[in-house]
Amino acid sequence: MTTETPQQSPATRTEVPGIQPGASGEAQLEVVGVDKTYQARRGEVHALSNVNLSIGRGEFISLVGRSGCGKTTLLRILAGLLPPTSGTVTADGQSIWRGGKRNDEAFEHFGLVFQDANLFPWYTVADNVSLPLKLRGMGKRARRARATELCELVGLPGFENAYPRELSGGMRQRAAIARALSYDPTILLMDEPFGALDALTRDKMNLELQSIHAQAGATVVFVTHSISEAVFLADRVVLLTPRPGRIRSITPVPLARPRSLETETSVEFQTIVRELRHELDEE
Amino acid sequence: MSDVTKARAKAPDTAPAKPAAAAKDPDAPVQDRDTLLKWLPFISSPILLLILIGGWQFAVSVIGVSEFILPAPLDVWRSLVDLLVGGDVWRDIGITLYEVLVGFAFALVIGTAVGAVLGRVIWLERAVQPALVALQVVPKVAFIPIFVIWFGFGTTSKIIMAGILAFFPIMLNVMLGVRSVDRGHRDVMRGLGASKWATFKSLELPSTLPYIFAGAEVGIVFAVIGAIVGEYLGGSEGLGHLVVRSLNALDAPQLFAVIVLLALMGSLLYAAVTLTKRLMIPWHDSVAGQSS
Repeated sequence: MTTETPQQSPATRTEVPGIQPGASGEAQLEVVGVDKTYQARRGEVHALSNVNLSIGRGEFISLVGRSGCGKTTLLRILAGLLPPTSGTVTADGQSIWRGGKRNDEAFEHFGLVFQDANLFPWYTVADNVSLPLKLRGMGKRARRARATELCELVGLPGFENAYPRELSGGMRQRAAIARALSYDPTILLMDEPFGALDALTRDKMNLELQSIHAQAGATVVFVTHSISEAVFLADRVVLLTPRPGRIRSITPVPLARPRSLETETSVEFQTIVRELRHELDEE
Repeated sequence: MSDVTKARAKAPDTAPAKPAAAAKDPDAPVQDRDTLLKWLPFISSPILLLILIGGWQFAVSVIGVSEFILPAPLDVWRSLVDLLVGGDVWRDIGITLYEVLVGFAFALVIGTAVGAVLGRVIWLERAVQPALVALQVVPKVAFIPIFVIWFGFGTTSKIIMAGILAFFPIMLNVMLGVRSVDRGHRDVMRGLGASKWATFKSLELPSTLPYIFAGAEVGIVFAVIGAIVGEYLGGSEGLGHLVVRSLNALDAPQLFAVIVLLALMGSLLYAAVTLTKRLMIPWHDSVAGQSS
């Protein structure tokens, strides 16, 4: 799990989609020529056009862009919730879509976190967190023990028996992350998980996500519209532009880890953020 | 609950995320008002009841309303005691209760099944929707004479009436409930590659339960109406028939007493459904309050 992450590689940038300088190790998640068109009421919407991306094992990738640039669409395709119109996605060498059908086997090691926590209100935190384990047939005792462990990990100790409505927004999102981590996924897909949180909570969650990533060693694809959040977390930042959604650039973030809130005040950090913002404004 | 509240105070990210809850706790006067509001119905209801009975007694003894129109509360009470001690009324109570419960049970099972199917199969719902609307707007109690012709003066025609009246609210609520399963929740199950059965058990059933109960709460009231109206129009037994018999005998106190019994029965049945709801879905907002 601890293959070399590309964070040490020199800060080379590509403007051409398709060539991936970042992934030095083996690619765990490979997106090749993915296209997505929707049949909307006002005709066809070209959501994604020829997206190519190769993500290394243990790498942290941020997808940024304006709303409507297709970043959520791309993540939903990666998560197997939406079939691509054309192109292929492979995880650990297995195609995740087989003729328009989701290949459930390939998703064994995927963890998903959405913008909303999406906890089931009829389950306690412990039952929510261990739901994936229940689906995998784990016994009640073992599930309970694992739930306690996970609550500890995400900073919710003692909340096992609370119901979701008794938690604050940040705590619910922590529980959702715990649920996604419950079966030790090697790929974690996150769609603006902290979008609904206030700035202070968000900073805190970012720090915690960083340490969880370091501990669990999973590959992470993180969708956000906040450039500084993207840069803070990622090994590489993938910038998407809309109509049709395509990859505009991929920027390595060679900042040392673990990063702290002071990192955000460093010159390197701010240079990368400024450049990315510039690029977004150019559209 | 209190454990959670305590632990919540320690949790690091609650202060910014939950200003409402934070503002609630330290304010003692606000909490006093909340407690007062909670107990208010238990204080106000007996008072309202006393005012009603007082006004009733006043109308009889001071204004002098004829006792054939409005018997005195005490006469009604005596008549009620006579009925309950005399023993015959228990048979009538049993019969009406039987009609209501059997009709309601059928409505619950069939209404849930039909609602679930129509909620899932869009084309079928489209196809039968005009017929459903037509059936719904028809005053169904008008069918009682027909049911009496078809099924006789016994309990069957009343069970069918109770069942039909209770069926619609249950079916419509379940249909809505099946469609209201949260999309984000569905994504979670799909993302986990959950089987159809697991999705039903862990997601669809629990998220439809509040709707089933919403339908059942209306349905039980309707079932009581169905059974009683059935007995009024074509009955030979049951509390509804006893009302008609009292009327024919011009026994106003007994008439009122039976109506009191009917009101009590309806309330108890409704309370039973609500209690079941509280036990089955303690997590739901309608049970736990909308505080968060």
